[in-house]
Formats: sequence, structure tokens, C-alpha cells
Amino acid sequence: MAKQVFKRPEALKENSTHYCPGCGHGIIHRLIAEVIDELGIRDKTVGVPPAGCAVLAYNYIDVDMGEAPHGRAIAVATGIKRTRPALVVFTYQGDGDIAAIGTAEAIHAANRGECLSVIFVNNGVYGMTGGQMAPTTLLGQITTTTPGGRLPLRDGFPLDLSQMLAVAGGSVYIERTTVASPKNIIRTKKAIKKVFQVQMDGLGFALVEILSQCPTNWKLSPVTACRRVEEEVVKIYPLGVIKDTREKSN
Amino acid sequence: MAKQLMCGSHVIGEAATRAGCRFYAGYPITPQNELPEYMSKRFAKMDDATFIQAESELAAINMVMGASMAGVRAMTSSSSPGISLKQEGISYIAGMELPAVIVNIMRGGPGLGNIAPSQQDYFQATRGGGHGGYRTIVLAPCSGQEMVTLTMKAFDLADAYRTPVLVLGDGLMGQMMEPVTFPDPIDPATLPQKDWVLDGAGGRDSRLVSSLILDPIDMEQHNWKLAEKYEAICEREARYESYFLDDAVLAVVAFGTAARIAKGAVNRVRKAGLKVGLFRPISLWPFPEKELKALSRTIKHLLVFEMNTGQMVEDVKISVGEQATVDFHGRPGGIISTPHEIAGVVTKLFYRYEQDD
Repeated sequence: MAKQVFKRPEALKENSTHYCPGCGHGIIHRLIAEVIDELGIRDKTVGVPPAGCAVLAYNYIDVDMGEAPHGRAIAVATGIKRTRPALVVFTYQGDGDIAAIGTAEAIHAANRGECLSVIFVNNGVYGMTGGQMAPTTLLGQITTTTPGGRLPLRDGFPLDLSQMLAVAGGSVYIERTTVASPKNIIRTKKAIKKVFQVQMDGLGFALVEILSQCPTNWKLSPVTACRRVEEEVVKIYPLGVIKDTREKSN
Repeated sequence: MAKQLMCGSHVIGEAATRAGCRFYAGYPITPQNELPEYMSKRFAKMDDATFIQAESELAAINMVMGASMAGVRAMTSSSSPGISLKQEGISYIAGMELPAVIVNIMRGGPGLGNIAPSQQDYFQATRGGGHGGYRTIVLAPCSGQEMVTLTMKAFDLADAYRTPVLVLGDGLMGQMMEPVTFPDPIDPATLPQKDWVLDGAGGRDSRLVSSLILDPIDMEQHNWKLAEKYEAICEREARYESYFLDDAVLAVVAFGTAARIAKGAVNRVRKAGLKVGLFRPISLWPFPEKELKALSRTIKHLLVFEMNTGQMVEDVKISVGEQATVDFHGRPGGIISTPHEIAGVVTKLFYRYEQDD
């Protein structure tokens, strides 16, 4: 009898995603589902998807889901987690969601040390609305609202939200990864597992920032978009562990 | 239980706790700071209750949304400018059909306005307040004791109809101390189970709480479903008080603090032999339209008194049509009229119509 070596995670629904070719969201959804399976927490996990491309994440990840207004995922998740502390609650947020309209919610939840797992997907643009500039957009990058490229004194500088959250007293684990190559996809899965584990251990706020590619709005082929992440984007947003106080928190 | 002397904001906090509220998130704003302060102290003594001082009104209402998704009775409170900020979340809560209780201790406006008592948020409260064409049940107490009953009722209505309910007070209601008694607390475990709560998909299909409905056909259906719910609420939940209306030829129509003042005015003019009564809407939405219309078959003159420039007066006119004259007296901006002032207005009007009739 043939041995099954690859299957759909239990926590992933049998739906094809609506994401564009080459998009990172589908990969990240699968990694989250694999982690939920491996930790055996499907029956006690609640997800809070964002407004943005991943608003339909509940069509794919098979756990209880509560939608949030744009930027408010962490506040909604706070209400769920504080009410039912035995649940494992994660938010899934884009860079416009968490680093622009939801910055206040993110910083204060991190500061209060809310026991939440935040999946922060940074692709440097507002994807769903057609590729406008995000706070994370690189300098010089052309978007639909920076047709001549992002100018710092007019449009602001690329915002490193993860660094900002690392300053907050209640954040315990923050790591930045990519899903632009197989090696980094494996690292991302480990990081996702860590941010879930930090919550399950009751240590505090944990976040993984995943640099992702948006071939459609970057107007690049999927392959070139992945290369751009690992050659250009990482220079501004360096990969690695940004904060880890798990030992101290224990 | 013995009577206790308490300020209105504390009364609301205690009544909410006794109604089984186990989650409160809020942000400081005058004149309702006594309420979050009370909740912080009250919940600190309880193992199963959560108080969060949120970083903003937006965060507070969204925390309440999350707590409601998780199945507990949840409340937030604020005053006028803060309620404007909460409208985003209130719209989502209405769209998602979640229960929640929101307290607005109104102050003078617009903008930053002032911190004096006013009724200037009537339109905002009774027309939904945010985007998307929803409604919220609005309850307007006029005494400490009524704050007890209506705050507790607000949680029941929110659960029964899965809809946000507003308790609408003002700076005076929030600050004034009155003797009140409370019923025994409700044990949240005895409340009806909710079959839509997000508590982990163990042994069942995963659940979704959402207001996103991309297909216009489905969205239309959802809108009609909400409309039918609102119709049922209008049918069943209109509340009002009649005061000296049986033989009245003129009725004052007022709610909340204004009604309390108007009652004093009615008492005064009654002593002078004027046949004047008071009709007090307790639910502002649904507005007691049918009841007021029925009243206008016998009482031909109505005087609407509000602590604003004229908002509820529109609902009064819609209710009675041409069946009665509708006059208006308003004091916006945080002015608190005296019963003496209102009695003067009532008396003038009474004799004017007596001559005309």
C-alpha cells in the first residue's frame, strides 16, 4: 500500500483560494493550518481575519473566525481572548491594516502584553484596493498613489512596525521572515509555531512579520517578485528575531 | 434590598453587573468617567469579569465586539464625541447581529462642545448613527431607579434581538445621586445559550461571525432580514410613560432629564388648574408612534421640550400628522431649564390655544 506523504491539513478547507498567481497569502494560510494541526489546537483556535486581500481567510482556514473592521483585529481578538482565555486566538493582518489604520491597537495590545498571536503579512502595498502606497512601501517604489515613486519628505519613510512593537513592554516574541523561497517558508512555519506557542504558554504578545510578494500590484512576474523580496525588501526590513524575552517571561 | 444612594453612572455600572455583564471596555471622557471607574473597581473583585481601559473609543467598541463574539454580555460607555468614534464598531455589531450595550452620557455639542448635560445626540442615536442603514434600540431613563431597570432590560433586548442597544442619558443623569434599589444579580450561567458563539470548533463545524456579504443578492437578503427584525422591534418594544393625560387638553412630550423637568412643570400648572399632562417616550427607537398617535385623537395640542434645538419633535410630527398642533421649546448647549421656566412656556401656550379653540 502506498504511503501518504502529503495531504491537506485538517485545519484547511477544501477550497481553491481567490489569491492572484504568486501571492504569498495561500502559502501562509497553509502554514498556519499545518501549525494548528501539529499543535492539536483546531478545536480551541479562533482567528480574526482583516479587511484586505485576506478578508476571506475564513473560506480557507477551518477554525472559528470573527471578522474585524479594518485595523481593529487586535482589539476584537483582545475581547475574545480575555473572555475565553483557554482559546488560542490569532489575528491575520496586512501592512495597511496593522501598520497604518490599526497602529494604535497593535502598540497598545503589545504594551498590555495581550496573549495573542499576530500574523502580520507585509507586502508593501494596499493589495485589495489596487496597489496604493502603504506605510511599509519602500522609498522610490512606484504605486498607484506614488506614480513617480515614494518620496520620503512627501510620503513618509518605510515604517518598521515590528521594531516599534518590540519596544513595548508586553511583547515577548517578534520575528521577521519571508515566504519568497522554500528555505524561508520553512523558517516562517517555525516562527508561526513559536508565536502560537508563546500564547499557549501564557507569556504575552507574539508576532511574526512575514514579508510577502504581491506580483500583481508590483507589476512583476511571481519569480521576479520573490527575488525582489529576498534581494531588496530584506535590506530595509532585515530578517531574523527582533525580540525574544521568552526566558525572562517564564 | 435596602435603598442605596448612588450617582447615575454608578447605578448603570451596578445594574449592568447584576444583569450578567462580564466585559467592559472604555476610555475616559467627561461626564461619564464615574462609570469606567466603577466597573474597574467592581470587576476587580470578580473572577469571571474583565475590565479594560482601552487606548481609544475605537478599540473599546471593538473589544466589546470580540467579547460579544465570545458569548458574554458586554458593555462600553462614553459621552457624545466618544460615541461618534464608536459608530464604526456599532455599525459592524449591527451588521454581524451581535448583542452589545452602549451607554451615552450626552454632553453639549457639536465638536468638543462642552461637558454640560444635553440631548443633542437624539438624531445620532435613533437613526442608527453610523453607516449602512441599521437601527439601534435606544432606551432613555429619567431617574436613578429607571437606570436600574432599563440598563438590565438593555442586556435582555440585546440578546433577544442580537442587536446593539443604547442607553441614552446625559451629564445630569450620570452625575445626580438618587436612592435606588437593585434586584438580585443574574447568574450568567443561567442565561439562554447562544448557538453562534466563537468558542472553538470542537465536535462541530467551524463558525463565522462576519458582516461582509459580497454578493448583492445575499446582501439584499441580509438587509431585508435586518429590516424585518427592526419591524418586529417596533411592533413589540415601544415604551412610554403617561402622566396626567386622562383629562389633559395639552401634553408636554419630553424624554430623559427634560421629561423630569417637564413633570415638575406639569405639577406646577396642575396646581393652577391647567389640564396639562406629560407623554414621556422611554424607548426613543422604537419611538412610541402608535401610542402618541392614539393620544392625539383626544389631546389636540402637544408641546415638545428637548435639551437641543429640535430633534425628537420630528418624530412627534411624523406620529401625529395633522391631528394635533405641535409646538417646540428647546434649550441646547448644556442649559438645564427649571420647572418654573417650562411651566411658563406651558401656561402661555395653554391660554393661547384656549382662546383659539
